[in-house]
Amino acid sequence: MRFLSILFFFLVGFFGYTQVTITGVISDENGLPLRDAHVHIANKTISTDANGTYVLSGIPKGKQKLYISFIGYYAIEETIEISTDLTINRQLKLDVTKLDDITIQQLSNSKSESSNEQVLKSATIEKFSNQTLGEALKEVSGVSILKTGSTIVKPVINGLHSNRVPIINNNVRLEDQQWGTEHAPNFDINAAGKITVIKGASALQYGGDAIGGIVVIESEVIKKDTLVGKTILNLASNGMGGSLSSSLQKGNRYGWSWNALGTFKYLGDRETPDYVLSNSGNREQNFSGGIRYAQEKYNFNAMYSFYNAQIGIIKASHIGNVNDLYNSINNQQPSLIEPFTYSIDAPKQEVQHHLAKVNYQRWLSENTSIDLQYAFQFNNRLEFDVRRNDENTNKAALDLQLATHTFLADYKTNVGNWRLKSGLNLGYQNNFANPKTGVRPLIPSYEKLDAGLYGIAVYKFDNATSLESGIRYDFSSIEATKYYLKSRWTERGYDAEFSHFIVGEEGNQWLTKPTFDYHNITANIGFRKQFHHEMEWLVNVSLASRNPNPSELFSDGLHHSTGQIELGDLRLEKEQAYKFNTTFKKDWKSFQVQLNPFINRISNFIYLQPIGFETTIRGAFPVWEFKQTEALLTGFDVNTKWSISNHFSHELGLAYVNGQNLSTDEYLIDMPPFVINNKIQYKNESWFNFVSELKSEVIFRQNQFPNYNFETNIVVDDALTPVLVDISSPPKGYHLLHFYSEMTFKINKKNSLTTSFSIQNIMNTTYRDYLNRQRFFVDEMGRNIQIQLKFNY
Amino acid sequence: MKNLKLIALLVIPVIFSTSCSNDDAPVNEEEVITTVTTTLVGGGQTITLTSRDLDGDGPNAPVITVSGNLTAGTTYTGSTTFLNELESPAEDITVEVEEEGADHQVFYQLPSSIGTVTYTDTDANGRPIGLNFTLVAGTSGSTGTLTVTLRHLPNKTASGVSGGDITNAGGNTDAAVSFSVAVN
Repeated sequence: MRFLSILFFFLVGFFGYTQVTITGVISDENGLPLRDAHVHIANKTISTDANGTYVLSGIPKGKQKLYISFIGYYAIEETIEISTDLTINRQLKLDVTKLDDITIQQLSNSKSESSNEQVLKSATIEKFSNQTLGEALKEVSGVSILKTGSTIVKPVINGLHSNRVPIINNNVRLEDQQWGTEHAPNFDINAAGKITVIKGASALQYGGDAIGGIVVIESEVIKKDTLVGKTILNLASNGMGGSLSSSLQKGNRYGWSWNALGTFKYLGDRETPDYVLSNSGNREQNFSGGIRYAQEKYNFNAMYSFYNAQIGIIKASHIGNVNDLYNSINNQQPSLIEPFTYSIDAPKQEVQHHLAKVNYQRWLSENTSIDLQYAFQFNNRLEFDVRRNDENTNKAALDLQLATHTFLADYKTNVGNWRLKSGLNLGYQNNFANPKTGVRPLIPSYEKLDAGLYGIAVYKFDNATSLESGIRYDFSSIEATKYYLKSRWTERGYDAEFSHFIVGEEGNQWLTKPTFDYHNITANIGFRKQFHHEMEWLVNVSLASRNPNPSELFSDGLHHSTGQIELGDLRLEKEQAYKFNTTFKKDWKSFQVQLNPFINRISNFIYLQPIGFETTIRGAFPVWEFKQTEALLTGFDVNTKWSISNHFSHELGLAYVNGQNLSTDEYLIDMPPFVINNKIQYKNESWFNFVSELKSEVIFRQNQFPNYNFETNIVVDDALTPVLVDISSPPKGYHLLHFYSEMTFKINKKNSLTTSFSIQNIMNTTYRDYLNRQRFFVDEMGRNIQIQLKFNY
Repeated sequence: MKNLKLIALLVIPVIFSTSCSNDDAPVNEEEVITTVTTTLVGGGQTITLTSRDLDGDGPNAPVITVSGNLTAGTTYTGSTTFLNELESPAEDITVEVEEEGADHQVFYQLPSSIGTVTYTDTDANGRPIGLNFTLVAGTSGSTGTLTVTLRHLPNKTASGVSGGDITNAGGNTDAAVSFSVAVN
């Protein structure tokens, strides 16, 4: 009988009963259930529900891998022998080293349910401690950078930048004159604990104008009673300088916690393989600090940060008129090369950004929280030019003072399968263009009022399927105070339409107060489905609206850094973008792939187009006017990751954008060229966590560009001769190799030292980049050897 | 809440400092050159070449006048002045160019059939500024363009620059005007 029953069980087990069901509860150290923890057994995955429970059926018997993870906690990985239905309960421990994963809003960690979010963690961010936010973001495929020289770097997401890519720093939208292509984000990269890139306007809680995408920066929050410190020292051969950044953080689950960070950067002239980039040094002195008081039901945060940068602009890029531009393009050699120096002369930028905020969050119940926040930002941008009169050398040619107040209220709740978020924001902004500069300012003084309301709903059909939808309304009103030259006012044809804006007269100028109101509705809908076999599919469709910025409306004069006259247009209407974005993710055992195609159809797309010439006493200047068109951007980003062996891995990133100007049947200007990045990594934990990487960056020539070349008369052989100024042709493609390696030495349980050695542009390749505003004047930086020492204590 | 007060204290002065300075004063444009005048005196003639642009970087092109034609073979004593006529009375920028002579140079580009220019002034380093010069008119019946360029921070030691060749001068262009001239 016993033999028979064994045989019976054996047969049943063999033929029909080889699969079992596993259930359990996942909780934290205090026994509180963790919702949305990831449980992975064999090839099945599921997320825990609100009670921390999970049920996984159809698990084959035998030795199986169990993997449980939850952001901010140590993952559990073990092999279990499964022979029958089991209950597996596990408690996860808080991971101090991964604390940057924990966002303040634990209720919903994702900013957007149905959009592809790509995250840079502190380990990656720390590599860029000596560089900029833009350069760190370039690690995300689909993000390229728009540069002015080698130190002013702006992120470009799927071909779009500046006002189309808002940057959210600790839940505060950065207001730092972001319309300017040569205005880098005023943010110290060392203050970022985690950076999320969302390639679309689906994160409606941050605004409805993210036509390109959004960058969300969060700082580290330690929810454990501990005091940790970190000091990073960087030394760079190119620029012969470096940076020092030091932070201290007192964490606590309840009660008081605080943090403080200071960063100093000091670099001199950069060098290309052949010459010194005269006046390309930069400095930064940054500070930030915050305090937090938390109890179970509420927490209170206050923070202040100060960004202070002095940035040299390469002297050879300062041009007088179109002859100088023509000579520069044709010579392919800078007009001025001086010996290496640390000093920074005009032209240069001096930028200061203050940010102060207070935030109060209260949990009304286990599933409901309310968040109130007030933030104040003050930005002072000084730009110094080469002035004709020596006495004016120390006087800024542009002095903009921008004060921004914002108030936010957010409400979040989970009801059954619904997650709901809604909120409102109020903002007041005052820009003051100081007239004491003695130069007509690029943008005028203005006052702006903003108010917005949003609601987002996520419905979870089950743990693998969810639907997201959101809607937002924004009101914005701007009143500028601007002097127009009467001749310009007439030439622009403003007499008939805008004469009611004129409030005064001053010599040959009209004093005007242009006022505009905007009402915008934005919305998005999206879907996320997790299939078996580690496959995931996300779809998102969004409508975004962006109001014209002050430079697009009001510019009317010579833009020194580009040597062109730029004309705004009071008639410009808001831009509207419909973006379709989908992501496929597939994980095999050792290979992961992610595909992210997109279509972005932009109505009333605002761009600069040359319309002719104006002759002034300084000679001729090309005139570029802000125009609107129908635009279509399509493209894709691809990422793969292959774990070749325990030690070797490979990563690939591809990004392609095609920008079409539908009204003129041309390509759009300044679209990033096709990029292929390959990285091979060797890792050996037994050699002091040795990591070594070789990265190849292939940038193709951009062959899709509009022809905006123009003719001008210059003096050749003492006679005026027409010549073609080739401002359109993109530079050749290029290939760069970079090396990075690091080792970590544990000094004791708490203290460690990480040393890294890296070389950028190993081959010392000479190249120019299509998305560098200074490509007409100088080559890019040559080889750069960097050493980094990082102490954790 | 002590910290809240602290932050309020930090914030308030900044708000005041920005809101108080807001005034609607127009920019007093300091570095504008509206008028370039080159005067040629010789052979009993005074020829004035003027380029005047009263709206600066505005859309209106400079108004260019040439009072007469050169006479072949005549040696003219030349001088060039720079004015900002938006100021009242007009600001004479020539003085500033002369004072900071080492940082400026005026270049004259013209075909040799129109004439040849020789500098007659020097800066503190003994190099030409170009505000004063002589022009020997070329051959009768020729026409062409005389381009007058004021460069700021030129490389005066570069090859040919002190002889009046702009090719290697570098620097920034503060003024550049072209006059159509003829030789009788």
